[in-house]
Amino acid sequence: MQLNDLQWKILEEVADLHKTPEGAYNIRSDSRSAGRQSTENIEIIPKSDVSGLEIRIKPGTKNESVHIPVVLTKSGLKEVVYNDFYIGEGANVLIVAGCGIDNCGNQDSQHDGIHRFFVGKNATIKYVEKHYGSGEGKGKRILNPVTEVYQEEGSSVTMEMVQIKGVDDTDRKTIAKLGAGAKLVVRERLMTHGEQKAYSLYDVELNGDDSSADVVSRSIARDNSYQRFDAKIVGNSKCHGHTECDSIIMDNGKILAVPALDAQNVDAALVHEAAIGKIAGEQIIKLMTLGLTQQEAEEQIISGFLR
Amino acid sequence: MLLIKNLSFTVQGEEGEKTILCDIDLSIPEKKLVVVTGPNGGGKSTLAKLIAGVETPTKGNIFFDGEDITNVSITDRAKRGIAFAFQQPVRFKGIHVLDLIRMATGKRMTAADACAYLSMVGLCAKDYINREVDASLSGGELKRIEIATVIARSAKLSVFDEPEAGIDLWSFQNLIKVFQKMRSEIKDSSILIISHQERILAIADEIIVLKNGTIDRQGPKEEILPSLIGTPSAIGSCRREEI
Repeated sequence: MQLNDLQWKILEEVADLHKTPEGAYNIRSDSRSAGRQSTENIEIIPKSDVSGLEIRIKPGTKNESVHIPVVLTKSGLKEVVYNDFYIGEGANVLIVAGCGIDNCGNQDSQHDGIHRFFVGKNATIKYVEKHYGSGEGKGKRILNPVTEVYQEEGSSVTMEMVQIKGVDDTDRKTIAKLGAGAKLVVRERLMTHGEQKAYSLYDVELNGDDSSADVVSRSIARDNSYQRFDAKIVGNSKCHGHTECDSIIMDNGKILAVPALDAQNVDAALVHEAAIGKIAGEQIIKLMTLGLTQQEAEEQIISGFLR
Repeated sequence: MLLIKNLSFTVQGEEGEKTILCDIDLSIPEKKLVVVTGPNGGGKSTLAKLIAGVETPTKGNIFFDGEDITNVSITDRAKRGIAFAFQQPVRFKGIHVLDLIRMATGKRMTAADACAYLSMVGLCAKDYINREVDASLSGGELKRIEIATVIARSAKLSVFDEPEAGIDLWSFQNLIKVFQKMRSEIKDSSILIISHQERILAIADEIIVLKNGTIDRQGPKEEILPSLIGTPSAIGSCRREEI
């Protein structure tokens, strides 16, 4: 693949890639495919009507992975990409997405990834999505992902969404609809700094009996950054839903957490937890008694919290 | 090693100024195990916090190895060789037991090496080394991990604030072994323990009785302990069973 050092660095940040991945992949760099490979069980087909991919995973596919990272290094580039995943019955795969923007110019760069997952009966996926921004330009780095998940009976989806550094504005939306016995686990890690703004919305419908969702967000807002976390779980069946927002505010950071539980069935069991506060003084003191400076102590607490 | 002169600590309460410690003078020489006892509210924990730098005295001075450390930060006191075990250990989301032990030693040690410290406090190391130091740990487990971090510091002066609180009788025996091992392994080190447990007083070289913010008595164990037996300043382990 023809990628420069900067592009590889971003790939490493967002997808832990040091070389061309094994299995199926599509690497998108500055709005075009820098490399693509399908496998016997996983087919990646470019869409003809809009920008994006159709990823078809055969039923029963086990222990395979799909990497579809995106790199933007041209200032002023704005794109919307539609990727649809069809995961066959009983498959068990790892999907690694992620987007990194390096913006050295003065124009905003923006990538809006619209991902839809159609998860077949008893299929299991782990989805990892990391967002990262770098570059000294005045142009903003903007990422507005939309993730839609449609889970059939007995399927299981685990999503890790991480945005730790450098993304100026993000407006993320995650929608999920679960059938009977389906399970959704979301772990979101978010850190904003400078003047950054991040909105994160979850709307999860538990439609089938014995479905469950566990949506946990841990976030830190530093400097003058702002975050809003909207988490809604709707229980339309005999189900179990849990949402948790755990946040640390530092400097002049601001966070608004808006939990919502909507029980439409008498057998729905829904729980919400939310906590926002600064780092506990006693935590800093404890680490200082181990010989760390106040700043080192704060960094340790933050990196643990976002682990 | 540690010299405290005219140390006082007052706080502003609702009913005006309250004196917690008043004109404390004491010294802890090298290679000594000193236990501070006395009734609740006598100022014992405050004394420990003043030594670690967690609280700042209203008046007086603290010297460590001849240097006045009264205005030295918590971090710099730690670097000079003072370790402190909290009475109520702190919990951290996401920080693992291994991370804390690594921070305590200041080294990027292997998990296997770190495990040795957990074994010393009677925890099955492999079960705990990658656990988060969070609400999933019981009070007793957390307390032992706290003690393990202080052992890992291998400090010249280790200060323990009621180390026995919340741990069971089995680990009580273990705790005493821990103090003995620290004394033999850390060269020229001293240990200061805040406790009113008779069994801990029994291993002291010196005992200090702190009452109403002043030193009521201090001296060798042989001299002080007999007068404390049966008082709240020296609680026997059988008292637990009576409760």
